[in-house]
Amino acid sequence: MERSWDRTFNDYLTTSFTDLLRRDFPQLLPGAQQSGTLPPGTPIDVPHGTTVLALRYHDGVIMAGDRQATAGYQVASRRIEKIFKTDDLSGVGIAGAAGPAMEMAKLFQTELEHYEKVEGDSLSLEGKANKLGMMIRLNLPAAMQGLVVVPIFAGFDEKAQLGRIFKYDVTGGRYEETNYEAQGSGSQYARDSLKKLWRRDLPREDALRVTLEALIDAADEDVGTGGPDLVRGIFPTVRTITRSGFGDVPEDEVKRVCEAVLVERTKQEAS
Amino acid sequence: MPLPYYVSPEQMMKDKAEYARKGISRGRSIVTLEFAEGILLVAENPSTLLHKVSEIYDRIAFAGVGKYNEFENLRILGIRHSDVKGYSYSRGDVTAKALANAYSQALGNIFTQDIKPFEVEVLVAEVGDGNGAKSEMYHILYDGTIEDEKNYAAMGGQSDELRRFLKDHYREGMTLAEALQLAVRALNATQNKTLTERDLEVAVLDRTKTRRKFRRLPPEVLAQLMTAPQ
Repeated sequence: MERSWDRTFNDYLTTSFTDLLRRDFPQLLPGAQQSGTLPPGTPIDVPHGTTVLALRYHDGVIMAGDRQATAGYQVASRRIEKIFKTDDLSGVGIAGAAGPAMEMAKLFQTELEHYEKVEGDSLSLEGKANKLGMMIRLNLPAAMQGLVVVPIFAGFDEKAQLGRIFKYDVTGGRYEETNYEAQGSGSQYARDSLKKLWRRDLPREDALRVTLEALIDAADEDVGTGGPDLVRGIFPTVRTITRSGFGDVPEDEVKRVCEAVLVERTKQEAS
Repeated sequence: MPLPYYVSPEQMMKDKAEYARKGISRGRSIVTLEFAEGILLVAENPSTLLHKVSEIYDRIAFAGVGKYNEFENLRILGIRHSDVKGYSYSRGDVTAKALANAYSQALGNIFTQDIKPFEVEVLVAEVGDGNGAKSEMYHILYDGTIEDEKNYAAMGGQSDELRRFLKDHYREGMTLAEALQLAVRALNATQNKTLTERDLEVAVLDRTKTRRKFRRLPPEVLAQLMTAPQ
């Protein structure tokens, strides 16, 4: 027999914003009105985010991404942001179909904030990483249509007192990376670059340099990835996540390091 | 068949109001003040885990007095309302006014339709940004009555005395330390108590913060502010 207060209990278990939407506002959930009219595998030409990466360094994690969105062989946007703050101690870098990916980042950010406000405490980093995995799994039908979203999640784990990086596959599978990870069309080149340059416990200055070297390498080899744009003054987004929170690396600093990398490469070519 | 005995609606409302007021007056009080950088919320609450003051959305905070389970329920509904609204429109579209109206409707309906009214009063505060937008404070009573308050507000057991005290002593443009000391003086004077930082739950809506303006003040910070020279 159902007692009058049973429902209250179920209701109180809903600290999840996604569950709240599913129950009360299903029309607001991403991918709610998907109808499978296209045959599976039909590519849809929408803007795609290209290269994002995350790497561990001495104080925590650095996340970075180029600024270009690419649709087919065209530049869809030159100034898109791919690294989002999800709460004080975590961030997500999006790669894949830009629209659904941004929607997912926004939902994920609201999810974390909702939990924090209702419970009065934040989720553990593991909890956050699992939650994002579930959201990616929800996107699987859209992924079959070519709208693949594969983010990188990184954050500072307060319990373990270290930065951690998680990568995902399209089915929502979650894998932890201990050193560095890159996603998107230029990710293979960025990973190759990181493989040679990354060292354990790099200080901030060196880690920033390694980050930008990897992004510049990705832009060099992959047509979809945008390099530092000196003409328009567009530089990659770089964010740090440490025990003191989510921070921006100022654009001036990014610009300075990018220019240093390019100057060095010019010299190498000339010699 | 026994005849249901008749109670005039007037009598019924009077009884309910008296019942609700009695419940609220037993509870401890909350004082909120506008100061130079935002809004200060001070609750007499020795528990560090069961909150009376909390965050609703970027610029919006909630405070409740009376029965804990009842205002806790309202708080969670407020967070849901705001998060859904912010998610489906934009973060800037979430306002204290809409939320205060929703609370007013809910409490009004409960008061007239349910056998037992809620024994709560809630306050919804929204800090204005630096560009001249005013801060807003809405005070909603157990029967859905809604008042918008200027500069200061008080709820709970000694609310009338507190309001009188604040009326005499409040001035605009106080620093955080001054505002906190005034709030504590008001709570002390009206109840003949000497409250320490351990008896208080304090939070601010700080307009100098980016995005989420709500911030709790831990006891160490409170102790410093309470003894800071004016």
